[in-house]
Amino acid sequence: MDFDLSEDQKMLQRTVADFAKANGPDRFRRLRDADGTGWEKATWSQMGELGWLAVPFSEAHGGFGGSLVEASIVLTELGKALVPEPYLASVCLAGQALAFGANEAQRTAYLAPMMEGQTSLALAAFEAGARFALDAIETRAERTGEGYTLNGAKAFVLNGHAADAIVVAAAIDGELGLFVVEADDAGLQRTTVRLFDGRRGGELRFEALKLPANRRLEEAPASKVLERALESASAAAVSEAVGVTKAMLAMTLDYLKTREQFDSKIGAFQALQHRAVDMFVESELLASIALEATMLAATAGEERIESIAAAKHQLAKGGLFIARQSIQLHGGIGVTDEADIGLFFKRLHVLNTVGGDGDHHVRSLL
Amino acid sequence: MDLSFTPAHEAFREEVRAFLSEAIPPAHAEKAQHFAHFAHEEVMVWHRILAKKGWVAPHWPKEHGGPGWDATQRFIFDEEVTRAGMPALSPFGLVMVGPLIQRFGSEAQKARFLPKILSGEEVWCQGYSEPGAGSDLASLRMSAEEDGDHFVVNGQKTWTTYAQYADWIFCLVRTSNDGKKQSGISFLLVDLKTEGVNVKPMETLGSTPAFCDTYFENARVPKENLLGPLNGGWTLAKALLGHERTLVAAVSQTERTLQQARHIAETTPSPDGRMLIDDPHYRRRLVELELRLRAHRVTNYRALAQQQKGHHPGPESSILKLVGSELVQAADELCLELMGPSSRSWFSGDIPAAQHWVGSQYCYNRATTIYAGSNEIQKNVISKLILGLPQK
Repeated sequence: MDFDLSEDQKMLQRTVADFAKANGPDRFRRLRDADGTGWEKATWSQMGELGWLAVPFSEAHGGFGGSLVEASIVLTELGKALVPEPYLASVCLAGQALAFGANEAQRTAYLAPMMEGQTSLALAAFEAGARFALDAIETRAERTGEGYTLNGAKAFVLNGHAADAIVVAAAIDGELGLFVVEADDAGLQRTTVRLFDGRRGGELRFEALKLPANRRLEEAPASKVLERALESASAAAVSEAVGVTKAMLAMTLDYLKTREQFDSKIGAFQALQHRAVDMFVESELLASIALEATMLAATAGEERIESIAAAKHQLAKGGLFIARQSIQLHGGIGVTDEADIGLFFKRLHVLNTVGGDGDHHVRSLL
Repeated sequence: MDLSFTPAHEAFREEVRAFLSEAIPPAHAEKAQHFAHFAHEEVMVWHRILAKKGWVAPHWPKEHGGPGWDATQRFIFDEEVTRAGMPALSPFGLVMVGPLIQRFGSEAQKARFLPKILSGEEVWCQGYSEPGAGSDLASLRMSAEEDGDHFVVNGQKTWTTYAQYADWIFCLVRTSNDGKKQSGISFLLVDLKTEGVNVKPMETLGSTPAFCDTYFENARVPKENLLGPLNGGWTLAKALLGHERTLVAAVSQTERTLQQARHIAETTPSPDGRMLIDDPHYRRRLVELELRLRAHRVTNYRALAQQQKGHHPGPESSILKLVGSELVQAADELCLELMGPSSRSWFSGDIPAAQHWVGSQYCYNRATTIYAGSNEIQKNVISKLILGLPQK
């Protein structure tokens, strides 16, 4: 067993960490409060040039031949700084769906430009009525002529407001299908909506949206493709959560070491020391299970399902515990929009829903 | 011991219901139906309606304008108002400074302030915490120096919730640096229109404008606005904390949030085609919280019944604060989780009206375990004053 990063992986981690340091919560806040998409195309292209958007894809697919481990290294560092560019949505959600389900022409059309940072992507899977279940999706595709007609709606799609292409899950002939919808397709109505974490997302409506035959992802059965993509994205979301919770723990420890009340640093009070230890322990469990889930997500073994469930469960329990306690230990300032800690708190709740919440994953094993 | 309602109490319940069905404005009723947040002015509309009826201050003695109800009537009234979904009234005048003025104020102060608290003509806010004095409240530094008939006040108060809508602020100020830090504190009532007083609102984690900083620069406050003795403010502060913690027992707020959770569970489809309320997992979590609320409610009424007999709230009110604040948060957590993928919403998207405020409410209510004496401080109070554990 070896949990250490290789030299190349360490180099990647350092580069992303340096980038993140220069693009921290202040930038997130500025983009959040400005008009626009909430992220910057120039930064996205830069991430493409640095190769970060291609790390998990095979060389055969035009990627760097890395694995989800490399993507998780990137995401953990981005998470520490709340970098708002749509890495999780493009590379891990939609990117993985394309990697598993697209043919060569589709990969060339959608995956290649994303890897270069020229475009961004989104995956529209969940619907309010179906919660996190994939067999209750109500968006429908019908065969019409040579192609398909899409009807339905998807809400709160990560990067759905800005994506150039969106992979959409829809029911067809009693099973699941995956289709690529392009931003300027007639019949696509999209509204930008504010999300819980201050980022923006897309509310998508498909009204008799006509798609040519080559928009369907058919290299593998769609339900398998979507399951695998959501598994990878779950592991990736937990990896970002590792970065988010590490940042929260660091900020909270810093506060405990500097804030003075009762003529003492508040970190000297044993009740708060024990709380900080509880937070630290939960963050270590989260980091461990994130590593395992990331490594197993790429394998076909059944073990991966339990590992990913454990990771999402730990995010929902231990991760949210860290988030809530970091607000608590900051006191009143933690409940204002002026303190950064609340920004991290909110991000963690969105990550908690990616790939299904903890409850959904626990149930899958009952 | 007696838990039963007499025929007179049952008749009173009918009277309250009849009044509520008449008096609640349609816009308020609609908001209640959707579990929406009431803005300050909407709360004041409801305040004035109750004031006109004489029911705005159930816990005030009759001589000061209370309705003269017994504990059971107050219980019934609370239950019916909560059921109707009306907002909690601004507590700073009615629950906090009002009872203190009754207990410690001069006849002139009672006559000057109490009627306008009742009528809603004057709205109050609280000036306790400072940037350097939160849990350690006694370390506060805002100074009030005597100058003829006035105090000259300088300093900053923080978490002066809803100060932007208030007319008056009650402040703990430092009037002496001699001796223990608790013994140099006085309790001062300040008109927010006083020159040199400035209120700066700030946004909360729930995107609501609840919090403010309030700055005082050479603000001249007449000496007649000193409440209680000079340098005797800490006694008043401790008395008030007892009232505040009874208030933040938050029974009504938890009850409303659990009603909201039940409503969301009953109206949100589960993937199997039924509703979430039919799902044993969510149902069980909801029922467990409802049962804990019941134990909490009775604990609260035991405290209220003691108050009714003339006992002022003591350290046991810390129990109410602990349990109430944590229950509110647990209820909010459940609401958010019931929303599933829609919990990504921030006042946005196509979601049912009853879910619109959940995210904001969940975030803002992280404050319940912090304000009115953080839960860590409450545990210190209980371990010291009730359990008698040795202190360091």
